Amino acid sequence: MTTKMFGEPMLRREDPRLVSGDGRYLDDLGHDALAAAFVRSPYAHARIVDVDVTDALDVDGLVAIYTYEDLDGRVAERLPLLIPHPALHAPRTGYPLANGVVKHVGEAVAMVVATDRYVAEDVAERIRVSYEPLPVVVGIAAALSATHRVHDDIADNVAAHLVQEVGDARTAIASAPHRLRLDLDIERSASMPMEGKGVYARWDAADRSLRVYTSTQTSTSVRFALAAKLDLPVDRVEVVTPDVGGGFGVKIVHPWPEEVLVPWAAIRLDRPVKWAEDRREHFISSAHERAQHHTVEVGFDDEGRLRGLDVEFAHDNGAYTPYGIIVPVITSTQLLGPYKPGAYRVEFRSVYTNTVQVTPYRGAGRPQGVFAMERTMDAIAAYLKLDRALVRERNFIQPDEMPYDQGLIFQDGRPLIYDSGDYPAALEKVKKLIGWDGFAAYREQARAQGRRVGIGLACYVEGTGVGPYEGAFVRVETTGQVVVATGLTTQGQGHETVFAQVAAEELGVPVENVTVVTGDTRRFKYAVGTFASRAAVMSGNAVALAARKVRAKALRIAGEALEVDPRDLEITDGVVAVKGTPQAAIPLKTVAVLANPLRYAFDEETQRATQFAVGGSLDKPPVDDDDEPGLEATDYYSPLRSTFADGMHAAIVETDPETAEIRILRYAVVHDCGRLINPRIVEGQIHGGVAQGVGGALYERIVYDDDGQLVNASYMDFLMPYASEVPTIEIDHLETPSPLNPLGVKGAGEAGVIPGAAVLASAIEDAEGIRIDRMPISPSELWELRSSRRRDDP
Amino acid sequence: MHEVTLTVNGIPRTVSVPARRLLSDCLRHDLGLTGTHVGCEHGVCGACTVLIDGEPMRSCLLFAVSVDGAEVTTVEGCRAPDGRLGPVQRAFHECHGLQCGYCTPGFVTTITAYLREHPDPSEEQAREAIGGNLCRCTGYQNIVASVLRAAAIQRGDSP
Repeated sequence: MTTKMFGEPMLRREDPRLVSGDGRYLDDLGHDALAAAFVRSPYAHARIVDVDVTDALDVDGLVAIYTYEDLDGRVAERLPLLIPHPALHAPRTGYPLANGVVKHVGEAVAMVVATDRYVAEDVAERIRVSYEPLPVVVGIAAALSATHRVHDDIADNVAAHLVQEVGDARTAIASAPHRLRLDLDIERSASMPMEGKGVYARWDAADRSLRVYTSTQTSTSVRFALAAKLDLPVDRVEVVTPDVGGGFGVKIVHPWPEEVLVPWAAIRLDRPVKWAEDRREHFISSAHERAQHHTVEVGFDDEGRLRGLDVEFAHDNGAYTPYGIIVPVITSTQLLGPYKPGAYRVEFRSVYTNTVQVTPYRGAGRPQGVFAMERTMDAIAAYLKLDRALVRERNFIQPDEMPYDQGLIFQDGRPLIYDSGDYPAALEKVKKLIGWDGFAAYREQARAQGRRVGIGLACYVEGTGVGPYEGAFVRVETTGQVVVATGLTTQGQGHETVFAQVAAEELGVPVENVTVVTGDTRRFKYAVGTFASRAAVMSGNAVALAARKVRAKALRIAGEALEVDPRDLEITDGVVAVKGTPQAAIPLKTVAVLANPLRYAFDEETQRATQFAVGGSLDKPPVDDDDEPGLEATDYYSPLRSTFADGMHAAIVETDPETAEIRILRYAVVHDCGRLINPRIVEGQIHGGVAQGVGGALYERIVYDDDGQLVNASYMDFLMPYASEVPTIEIDHLETPSPLNPLGVKGAGEAGVIPGAAVLASAIEDAEGIRIDRMPISPSELWELRSSRRRDDP
Repeated sequence: MHEVTLTVNGIPRTVSVPARRLLSDCLRHDLGLTGTHVGCEHGVCGACTVLIDGEPMRSCLLFAVSVDGAEVTTVEGCRAPDGRLGPVQRAFHECHGLQCGYCTPGFVTTITAYLREHPDPSEEQAREAIGGNLCRCTGYQNIVASVLRAAAIQRGDSP
């Protein structure tokens, strides 16, 4: 019997390479390449008056300087709008190099190519750009006031306006026994992968082909975009994703200005060119997320059951909208979580500011939505003096109500229908894990010692595994090795391991024999990308489907060779054998030989497949009409709609009565992502997500001043948690399989971060007895809240 | 240009570099040891940490010329003498102490140096030991476990 592999906490197969310095990240490649550097705008909004390169021309090692005027063909056009949406009535994207006007600090104005990066930066430093500063719009309030414009032709600074409504929410609220109104803010943060972006391009002039390595979350889409921009046939463009040092959303955006310009320059110069983003560039010129201001009106009954919910919010999308309005669309739909809202109305405006563009960062609008909903739940409980867990429980969708249609359109353009989940069971588990019912006693104990503690709870539902599709290729080699290729990329999720587990389980081969390739368009051309907690769902199922095809073919060929009915065969440890009669067997590698009828053998083994060696019917051609040579198959998985994972977090915090320091004492997670392929990897994803949730709740905020300067654009000033800030995370799983896909899996990548701000706000509020309606919260802000309460209520 | 001689992972290497060449760039681009990664370029994240005469230092804050004559150990040099994974590397693998792997080399070198002085740390001490390195993927829990596991491997405790 082949060892079970699906569901096992296998150690990762990519680790030996990565722990010993043998990984190959973008800047580890192309040591012979020319280096690019960029001159970036120091102004948030300005007209470019002049670019003077006189002083730069003498620098030894300079190869080229480009400004907008040098760009040609479609490279001179605006970057693509990746995800149009009917409600995005005024989309704007930037140019690869600023075309006369800059709209945020960090926007690229000139590109320098030189013999190495040091020289390129010397040149960049000597290029003198004259600017005529224009009025700056920073923050949601300034954008909505519309005193100044970000884009000349958009008078109100509004990019998008969307209303969705199920039932008549305003009437339901007006007629409800109780009503509350809350104003809730989340500030700007960012993905901040440890490795920035980077691009390395090689042009083969003789072959007229381009190979581009890029640190991306989508190599196939970069390929199509580059072929279009550079006016090359798609088959002349290869995009390879090397090891990627984290993405968390920011690297799904494409093509970045540099992703277009580096290959463009490589072709123009007929020399390899590389650019590796530095940390400051990443802060000021990639993408941020999170900043939203929400107003919630809720009507509810005496039991705390929702009658109606009306949410209006404003989303700061920065200067451009290349990724459309996915983030606020997700907030507006996923805000509902595991609850039945009664009637629901949501309205948002997405507004322009002179800041870096906003695109999804892990969680992608959900942390904000969950913050709004969970703060509302806590407010209802406080108002009715009910247990916070009980109010949530009373509003849950019940397991027997699944599938549950929320009546809205989700981010994939498909209905928001939850496929499965058991929210009451998840709540029971998390209450038990954190000790919810015993907390009152603990609080008293702590109080007696002069300590202040609080407990919080937050629940979420996460749509995962969005389409349209992913595919996979599976081949059994004549050595018995199995090659799996899928087009989506990897940035730390362990795809080399989990997809090998899936393929090995389906094929009945040892997992050691399986090699997985991801994100390389030479190996798999059609894919979407790694984002939205979709890789395990999409490529996992595609790998399973392709492996099942290979298995069926192997059984058919083995059946012919052994002269038995394929239905009587099984594959165990790479050997096809008659069930119950293990002597009647043929190794899978021999089946692979037989699957490819040969005229020319290339070793002793393959002589078996040559024309005088094979038996079989002479009435059939060697490769039948509906067959193909090789023991291999490609298949695709395309879901009807997203599958919905869920989870509940509970935390206990302690706040210092003197200093207002906030310390997390315990952090408990109950997580349901359907069937687990590799629990070790899922738990790792949760740990990392929670750490980012803690960062978003207590430390991380991107700060712009009124002039649009990003004042904390360094790791010294933008506070990401170190080991000392992240608590030990206690995890319990629930496995409610998804009925939507063959493996029954749901996504897990983003989950950990989603309820972070909500659960910690809940716990801090509980400790302090002060309404927390704005995150992140620092000790000094908590101290201020205490002071203002004392002023209001002396 | 300046001639710099370093003993890198036990092998004497001589390179000719400009005075401003950072040690991190020298290791990565002049010597081809790309295991040392650069995350922030201002000494905060610790991804570029290497051992200079046994002491962990940020190679992005050092000029190559300033460590002329030094013994440098990079993540590539943290393997076991027989070429297999070293104890810290093995521990990271066994404890799922890495995801994207970008920050990992700086942790491996830092922990290697730490365990030399502290062969039997408590969990709290292990957490403190990695307190100067940033990781964006793991939430540190499994890195703390990796420190403890590496210590156990080095002490020869059974798994």
